[in-house]
Amino acid sequence: MDLSALGNCLISTSCLITQTTSGLIIGLLLFMVAAGVSLIFGVLKVVNFAHGTFYMLGAYFAYTAYQITDNYAVAVLAGGLGVAIFGLIFERLLISRVYGSPVLMQILVCYGVILILDDVVKLIWGPDFLSFGMPEAFRSLPIVFAGGVIPVFYLFLILVTLVIAALLGLLITRTRYGKIIRAAAVNPTMVSALGINTGVIYASVFVLGGLLAGLAGGLAAPVRSLTAGMGLAIVIESFIVTVIGGMGSVAGALVGSLLIGLVRSFGSIGFPLFTEGLMFLMMAVVLILKPSGLFGREGR
Amino acid sequence: MTFRSSLARDCLIALIAFLVLAALPYIFPSRGFTDFLVRLAAFGIFATSLNLLVGYSGMESFGHGLYFGLGCYSFALIMQNFPVSIPVAFLLTIALSIVVALVVGAICVNLSEIYFAFLTLAFQMLLHSLIIAWTPITGGDQGLTGGVPRPPFLGIRLDDYYHVYLFSSGLLVVCLLAMYHIVQSPFGYTLRMIRDNAARAPFLGVNVFRVRLMAYVIAGAFGSVGGIIMSLFVSGAFPDFAYWTISGEAIFMLMLGGITVFLGPLFGATLFLVLNDVVTKLTTHYGIFLGGVILLFALGLRKGILDFVSDRLSDRRQSELTAASRTSSDAPGAKPAPAGE
Repeated sequence: MDLSALGNCLISTSCLITQTTSGLIIGLLLFMVAAGVSLIFGVLKVVNFAHGTFYMLGAYFAYTAYQITDNYAVAVLAGGLGVAIFGLIFERLLISRVYGSPVLMQILVCYGVILILDDVVKLIWGPDFLSFGMPEAFRSLPIVFAGGVIPVFYLFLILVTLVIAALLGLLITRTRYGKIIRAAAVNPTMVSALGINTGVIYASVFVLGGLLAGLAGGLAAPVRSLTAGMGLAIVIESFIVTVIGGMGSVAGALVGSLLIGLVRSFGSIGFPLFTEGLMFLMMAVVLILKPSGLFGREGR
Repeated sequence: MTFRSSLARDCLIALIAFLVLAALPYIFPSRGFTDFLVRLAAFGIFATSLNLLVGYSGMESFGHGLYFGLGCYSFALIMQNFPVSIPVAFLLTIALSIVVALVVGAICVNLSEIYFAFLTLAFQMLLHSLIIAWTPITGGDQGLTGGVPRPPFLGIRLDDYYHVYLFSSGLLVVCLLAMYHIVQSPFGYTLRMIRDNAARAPFLGVNVFRVRLMAYVIAGAFGSVGGIIMSLFVSGAFPDFAYWTISGEAIFMLMLGGITVFLGPLFGATLFLVLNDVVTKLTTHYGIFLGGVILLFALGLRKGILDFVSDRLSDRRQSELTAASRTSSDAPGAKPAPAGE
């Protein structure tokens, strides 16, 4: 524990800016995964414990696409679309069979899928850490702002993820599709009675979640090292986020993710070895004080 | 059959089981065999204790590994740092698990299914990150090395592997007997009632929170016994014992063996360890095989092997009874076929 280092950081603008940017990056990337987890839970009442694996696949798909095309935009899109398709297959083939089953059964299916895919990734891409490398376009000098150093790629990441978050928000709140999935979250029987094919809606939510997680994997690839099992940490964080923000709430997922991102980034200075512990403590506190989460509906 | 005589009968069965286990190393004098049974004792107790929650109380904990890790680390740490005898360290470890389970349980037991699963997981990961963080005490991600001192007590010398084996088998038999009596007691039936209808229980004067908390604490205490055996087996403790995969494996053991039969989890633990040892010996792609088996069970069979067998048996009994009642249905006072347990 190093509280004096944390204190020193909080009074220095350069440290404050550097840590805030890295916290935002962690938080916004986490948001893209957590939003999918939260949506899937909200609409399907299924805990997709394999969502971190989606993220991992996104990063690996993007890696291969980048090797082939040498175009970062294509790589990220390949990650997103590839995982969206994978999400569809996963939903139709596996998860749709355990709708309404006990939670442990759903977790078990996901656990099996995680074990298999972590191994498959090792088979295809090798067991060692892979490094994506920084794309050409972002290899310029970092921007120095009030003493804080911000790599250009970080700014790009923040911008892109914010745009995606805004688009997702619009999709959920302003479109007919968003209205349908919100309705399906509350009363799926009524939605299907109104002539909407809920099976298609369910599958589409998995596709959407997969797309977001895959894009996140592709976007994160240049700043993370790729390894089988990289999905596990982020899926556990996603659950912390959904519990803090409230299950099924996209706004809650955003606030929760940013909180976690900042806690991780500043916590790594003050409590370098206990940052994970801090997140779990935050979650426990939220659950005790407001069990439905900060943005959750009451009456679970 | 009265409670007293059934207790005497079960004690006799337990004694016979222990004698058989004690004799086994003379029949199969291989170190691999006794090692397997020591691990089985650890995981058998652990999985059965989880089933007190999952199968009997309907509390789907995804963080039961907390107690496995806690038992393992606290036992090893107490033995390393304090000049106490093994039974004292054993009891201190149980006491610590009970305290932790009281705190965690008080926060978690009244949450709904999914929140219960994930909050228990969160507390387990909290322990895991504490273990990783407190390197000076716990050895961090390298694990707690340096061995566990084993002063002899009551003529039991745990530095001898046959004694470790006897000690573990004894614990396995005693813990299973104790847990069996807990689930057969009125308390055990209260748990089943809460599992089946938590809304109705309060109307019958049951304090649901208290009963659930008690079940959680009991399961935690027994779970830590599994950890203690593990710490004797590996002579230390490793962070993996507190990692979430331990909980995942325990759940898989329940699913393999079955949750409606008392010995299902023990059977599942046996299958899991055999599967684990065979697969790791045959291939490096452990995950693909194990994952495949998990999916096969979760999507195909959808219940444990002993569940399957007991359902089959009760189906057959049921159909025999209906056949019998059909033939005798003219007779006055024909009883309807009794439902299974």
